[in-house]
Amino acid sequence: MAEDLNIPKPVPPQSKSDSGSSSMRVLRGFFEEVTLLTRFALHFFKEVIKPPYEFGEVIRQSYLIGYKSFPLVAITAFILGVVMTIQSRPTLEEFGAVSLLPSMVSVSIIRELGPAIIAMIFAGKIGSSIGAELSSMKVTEQIDAMEVSGINPFKYLVVTRVLASTLMLPVLVTAGDAVSLYGAFLAMKMKGNVSFQLFFLKVFQSLDFSDLFPAIIKTFFFGFAIGIIGCFKGYNSTNGTEGVGVAANAAVVFGLLSVFILDVIAVQITSFFI
Amino acid sequence: MEIIAEIENLKKSFGNNIILNGVSLKIEKGENLVVFGKSGSGKTVLIKCLVGLMEADDGKVVLLGKDVSALGEEELNELRKKVGFLFQSAALYDSMSVRENLEFPLRSSKSKPKKEIETLVKEALQNVGLEEAIDKMPSELSGGMRKRVGLARTLILKPEIILYDEPTTGLDPITSREISHLILDVQKKYNAAAIIITHDKECARITSNQMMILKDGKFIAEGTFQELSESKDEWISSFFK
Repeated sequence: MAEDLNIPKPVPPQSKSDSGSSSMRVLRGFFEEVTLLTRFALHFFKEVIKPPYEFGEVIRQSYLIGYKSFPLVAITAFILGVVMTIQSRPTLEEFGAVSLLPSMVSVSIIRELGPAIIAMIFAGKIGSSIGAELSSMKVTEQIDAMEVSGINPFKYLVVTRVLASTLMLPVLVTAGDAVSLYGAFLAMKMKGNVSFQLFFLKVFQSLDFSDLFPAIIKTFFFGFAIGIIGCFKGYNSTNGTEGVGVAANAAVVFGLLSVFILDVIAVQITSFFI
Repeated sequence: MEIIAEIENLKKSFGNNIILNGVSLKIEKGENLVVFGKSGSGKTVLIKCLVGLMEADDGKVVLLGKDVSALGEEELNELRKKVGFLFQSAALYDSMSVRENLEFPLRSSKSKPKKEIETLVKEALQNVGLEEAIDKMPSELSGGMRKRVGLARTLILKPEIILYDEPTTGLDPITSREISHLILDVQKKYNAAAIIITHDKECARITSNQMMILKDGKFIAEGTFQELSESKDEWISSFFK
């Protein structure tokens, strides 16, 4: 009867040894994946220094990855600044410390929220697009076609995209931070009488080099991780068109995960020096 | 005659699935060799091993006088510039126009002036009768046009051997015949050797000088189209009915 109605049969409980071996398999799969990714990244470093250099393609990819992502980054950053200011205001008002709002918002955005949120947006947009593009090129034999033309597809496709995402994310974060602070200023102006000069004077008084520098440096690592994971997943995708979706999805998931892990490491390192 | 490619006792498996079980072949300059066989018989694997896109498990592959398995990355890339490969799906680069697709294989020879590249692109497109499609994107082309552009892209480097992977698959009979005659024209004009992987009887009839039939990972018969079509073997003759 259950079969007639397509009701799935209850799964028998796993014995301890079954669950033990399946978790071993998962763990083994994870380490295999990390090993392959490391080898892929090492291959990137080998190819990046070896001529010929694909400057034209790096610039084209930088345009596609950086410039074309700016509208999305700008909108997100603007909303981030507005929301942060509106949400923080009531708490500061309780303590009569509204004048500290520009400092608080700017430190939060520059140090952490700007880089983290923009890197997440970047992982979603660029990670998925690189993963899907390379895997569909693989499925339709375009990567093989490059190889038989005597052109190194790793250099042309992977090196250029990883370089572009490594270089463009810091630029996007810097620009996004500026937009976000402008959003914070507009949100503050809605409820109070603060001039543009006064707002940004307070912002720059509260920020110093040690806030800005580590925050920008870590975005190079975020950009590299997102680019290399997207390329790794796309370049090594299998199972035809089904693999395209899997590669795009995995590129986003692992890209985001890498951003969080790198952020934790960056915070630890920064707090050690400051 | 000059031997362009030679395969000796080539073996290739995927897991427990044996695809090629000791195949050997030789092809001479200017010869069109058709490899005939059922889908999934390992025809594509054979030419991918020949050009180093797949690594053979055992056996020897000599292409243009060089042992493919012994070559380093750089040497293999240099060798591949003398080999044309027309993929089953044509494998045009989606993000590039027809012109850029044809210019792409020439990018490694940066010494070539722009004017010369332009002339080569136009000449290659003329050879396949598609000059008007030069600024189109691959998505704007029909299946037959994509195959022609793919062929033009392989011809632009003036290869010494061309590997055709199912050149007429997915095309209507008229376009298939046009592509088959195009392969013949290319043979006459460039005097290049060609291995044509197909299961299209008409394509084999038009293009072949010599044919080999692949079954269960081995070549089971060899001869001209005429000889094989008159074979008494039931399995072989079933291809020609």
